[in-house]
Amino acid sequence: MTTEIRPGSTHTPASRAWRAINRVLFYAILMFVAALVIVPMLYAVLSGFRSTGALAAAPLGLPDPWITSNYTEILTSGSFWQAFGNSALIAILSTILTLVTSSAAAYALARFQFRGRNAVFNLFTLGLLFPLSVAILPLFLLLHTLNLLDNPWGVILPSVAFGLPTSIIILRPFFRSIPSEIEDAAAMDGCTHFGFYWRILLPMSRPALSTIGVLAVVASWNAFLLPLVVLSNPETHTLPLAVRDFNAQYTQDTARVLAFATLSMIPALLFYIAAERQIIAGLGSGAVKG
Amino acid sequence: MASNIAATDRLAAGVRQDDGSAGRRRSLRQSAEIALFLLPALLLFIVFVLIPLVEAVYYSGFKWNGLEPLTNWIGLGNYQRALDDQFFTGAIAHNVFLLVLSLGVQQPIALALALALSRGFRGRTFMRLVFFTPYVISEATIGVIWLLVLQPNGPLDQILGAVGLGQFIQLWLADRSLVMTTLFVVISWQYFGFSMILYLAGLTQIPHEVREAASIDGANGAQALRYITLPLLGPTIRVAVFLSAIGSLQVFGLVFIMTSGGPFHASDTMVTWMIEQGLTRTALGYGAAMAVILGAIGLVFSLLYQRFVLRRDIEGSVTSFAG
Repeated sequence: MTTEIRPGSTHTPASRAWRAINRVLFYAILMFVAALVIVPMLYAVLSGFRSTGALAAAPLGLPDPWITSNYTEILTSGSFWQAFGNSALIAILSTILTLVTSSAAAYALARFQFRGRNAVFNLFTLGLLFPLSVAILPLFLLLHTLNLLDNPWGVILPSVAFGLPTSIIILRPFFRSIPSEIEDAAAMDGCTHFGFYWRILLPMSRPALSTIGVLAVVASWNAFLLPLVVLSNPETHTLPLAVRDFNAQYTQDTARVLAFATLSMIPALLFYIAAERQIIAGLGSGAVKG
Repeated sequence: MASNIAATDRLAAGVRQDDGSAGRRRSLRQSAEIALFLLPALLLFIVFVLIPLVEAVYYSGFKWNGLEPLTNWIGLGNYQRALDDQFFTGAIAHNVFLLVLSLGVQQPIALALALALSRGFRGRTFMRLVFFTPYVISEATIGVIWLLVLQPNGPLDQILGAVGLGQFIQLWLADRSLVMTTLFVVISWQYFGFSMILYLAGLTQIPHEVREAASIDGANGAQALRYITLPLLGPTIRVAVFLSAIGSLQVFGLVFIMTSGGPFHASDTMVTWMIEQGLTRTALGYGAAMAVILGAIGLVFSLLYQRFVLRRDIEGSVTSFAG
């Protein structure tokens, strides 16, 4: 932070000059940081349009001529789309399963009185203290026993399980804040508990659910450790694993690797642009609100 | 809220008194319903989180390759081995290095950028969009791109040469004394946006009136920052620092992609070395012991942090930062 610019301060020419300098400096620093972020990504995008030979000769040059073969060959080869499909399948199923299981559990924990309720809730919050990496080796053996290695469910089930504590902690207060008069009225109209959960509670909780869903998609799409351990067969690999495979396979063909990296970024970037509000609100609210 | 639940409960109890058998049937039905709602999540959590965590502790007592029967109980032998393993203690030191730099460098930068973006100016929405972008891209993709940016005579070296800083060119990832610093920069490049978003969310919670009042009372920008903004941002800073610290202990993907812990263990982290030992070399008992140590370090840190740092914040804020 350089300085705050205050409308109420004095207006001598010197201070005006200072303010102008500050303003320029302020923008210059922000532009510099933005450039630091953008340039590596732009380098990947543009280098994908060059040949590896041109890239080696002048790493910083612009595409001249623009070569599209790196991109088109990847897009027509099948391995990219296979990884994309694997990632999409795992992300969609993980997200649906996260929403269903965490909302059902949060409903039970928010709106029913039963013995052991707090114990169950505390059990879930305990999960926050232990990251996946602590459990990954036994998990590998467990998935081997369950015959879930090289199987999308071997990634989906543990990642849903590890995401439950956060989701339940976000959802429970939300469900609690819905007035019980609504539930009573629904009950009088003959609505069952399930009917209330499905037709009233979930639609009313759409903001919280979309936060959880969006965070689940991002987490699943970018997951690395779990897929790395569970999926050894290349045909089952998700996009992050495929990027690594491709880099290992085409070590000498830098331009092609960067084209693949670029293509692997696009779905995440599109999702980010579409759901930016939910992603940022979700991450922010998780940290600030009680 | 609690009173509402209590009221419905009393209502249910009243029903039970009116007709004993129907009430019992109803409460039985209700128990079954609760179980149906709760069980899918609970089962998933027990099978895929709790059991593996307990198993990690159990396996850590054996010398075991994961295939043979679990018979070779060696007690704390794996823990002794971990403490004697210079690559594991080195890995802990690397995680601590990342933790210290994250708190000392990355967090202040993220906070400064959040303060800058919290001011109204043209282009701030665009800036925020840009700064957060690396967070939503996978570590694998970012690792591969940076690997190529940093390669000898690659684009970074070319830029340095072009602006006359050629004498500062290094073997960014192959120099044993430099590799952790390089990795720290890449990790920060990806994650500063996340902390920045947390700080921005915290800043929007500070009422404008408070800062205006300070400025009317004659506080200059620095004073307002020091005595108004930062104290009010305290809870957010404490949570962001906590998340950053815990994240530093878990670093894996970027390091695995960019250096695999090399050159010769100069950039191993606890998780990369645990995966190397546990899966690649199938020393599962030993790997499990490292996992338990990793978990214990995180747990002790979390408990101490909650006890001594987060204690003063509003109740509830402690349990809801995991996003």
